[in-house]
Amino acid sequence: MKTLVFIETDSGAVVGSSWEALGKALSLGGEVEALVIGHPVADVAAEAGARGAAKVYLIDDPTRALFDLDLYTADVKAVLAASQADVFLASHTGNGRDLAAAVGFDLGVGVIADCLELNVVDGRLVGTRPIYSGNILVDVQVDGQPQIATLRPRAASPAPVIGATAPVVTMAPAAATNRVVVTAVERAETGEISLTDASIIVSGGRGVAKDPDLGFKLIRELAQVLGAAVGASRAAVDAGFIPYKYQVGQTGKVVRPDLYIACGISGAVQHLAGMGSSKVIVAINKDAEAPIFSVANYGIVGDLFEIVPALTRAAKARLNR
Amino acid sequence: MRYLICIKQTPDTAELPKVKPEEAASGRLSVQLVVNPWDEHALEGGIRMMEQFGGEAGAITVGGEDAIERLRSALAMGCKDATLIQDTTADAWGVAILLAAAVRKMGNITYVITGQMTVDGNSGTLPVALGRALGWPVLTGVARVVAADETRITVERIVGQARHTVTAPAPAVLAVVKEIGEPRYPTFINIRKAARMAIPVWTPADLGVQVPAAKVHMSHFRKPPAREAKVVLFNGTPDEAAQALIDTLLAEKVL
Repeated sequence: MKTLVFIETDSGAVVGSSWEALGKALSLGGEVEALVIGHPVADVAAEAGARGAAKVYLIDDPTRALFDLDLYTADVKAVLAASQADVFLASHTGNGRDLAAAVGFDLGVGVIADCLELNVVDGRLVGTRPIYSGNILVDVQVDGQPQIATLRPRAASPAPVIGATAPVVTMAPAAATNRVVVTAVERAETGEISLTDASIIVSGGRGVAKDPDLGFKLIRELAQVLGAAVGASRAAVDAGFIPYKYQVGQTGKVVRPDLYIACGISGAVQHLAGMGSSKVIVAINKDAEAPIFSVANYGIVGDLFEIVPALTRAAKARLNR
Repeated sequence: MRYLICIKQTPDTAELPKVKPEEAASGRLSVQLVVNPWDEHALEGGIRMMEQFGGEAGAITVGGEDAIERLRSALAMGCKDATLIQDTTADAWGVAILLAAAVRKMGNITYVITGQMTVDGNSGTLPVALGRALGWPVLTGVARVVAADETRITVERIVGQARHTVTAPAPAVLAVVKEIGEPRYPTFINIRKAARMAIPVWTPADLGVQVPAAKVHMSHFRKPPAREAKVVLFNGTPDEAAQALIDTLLAEKVL
């Protein structure tokens, strides 16, 4: 079995969860090749080799600096034809999801999307994925060749750097024209940790209502000490306490950190759909009956305006930060 | 301009945990069904485009006859018309092919609008498949429509942690996220209109399409392993409880 792994980049910088897809592909065995598209990304191609890809296809072109569905789909189809890979694997980021769907639809093959686990059974790929917003797990297979799958961020360990080198095959960008033109890019503040990539998330909910600005300031301070991303419940977003991009849950982001600290979040079904697969859940809530305590591993019943600063103090002292 | 808003019937959010594996496998659910929550935002987004940029918005769904009730919800929110494509066999690519055939049959659609994903299938791959089936550009993660006319659209998209402003030629497919707008409540007048309005039902044959065999095969439907039910609570003053919690998290090696 030969697997081609898409290594996503953004203005020359690798998107970290791509290395998780590479790590998963290596664990499946067989030949593993990487495809790096972007600009400038020669160093990312070298890194893909250093992390264990046996061969790296590289399309490095100024027109590819930002992801474009039309252009990248044409590139992937050309490389799949050259590589004759049996499997095409990408990380289930927004771009990875869109790319897998476009390539799959164009080639007339299905996509095993957003997998938590991938295995090979009788030479064919079997993906395990959640449906019904995390309430049902199912095994998925697709007909035909190539078999296309996307892997949920943080579902696998990144391929470690083993210091190998791999041949880099430089390909010309596919002949295609882009229809979508990007006219402005507003980036997240530097140092802001992506929710979907975060190993720790500190989230705030309706419990901040009596002073939302102070509440999220306290949450940010704790997040900073822990090296965590900040999240929020739908109630906090709908009330205008914090922008939508921080929303964890059914109509927001699905996350699976090692540690999720829910501050003043009741734990409605739609929130659990977004964070229920976190490894360790901590609940801080005034209401001892809040449903969040039924999924939490640890909890403190109390006012987040007192407990969160106390956690920040304790973490600073213990972690020497 | 004509906007076509694609919706899907899914379980009500509060009912999702009650879906049984055998129901998920058969597709015959015993839970309360509603308009997919992401598609409620698509309805709001499409109706706002109609109000801001002119034209008419219609709704469409692929499903069984019971899905007509969901189309009535779309009409009650303010859609001008609604269409049911009657089919319960198509997988995601099949649905894309059916919707694309309906768009072609209608002939005058400027923008197709969908929710970014569904709360049942969760893959978020349909909008792109539909765009590819039509040969139209696809804009996913759309948080705001800045401008739109017969020839061109400008939107703000959420791309990872960033926000991109992009333009694309019409016709195009847009997949929207919640930030596009909170779904409005139906008005009394619209509810009454919706109850009376005739909703055309098209079969795949009416569209000249044969539903392709499913390309994705699902098996071994099961409940995910239950979380450890017992929560350990830390008591005492805020500082005492916080220190005990941090020490426990350090011992668990999650800090």
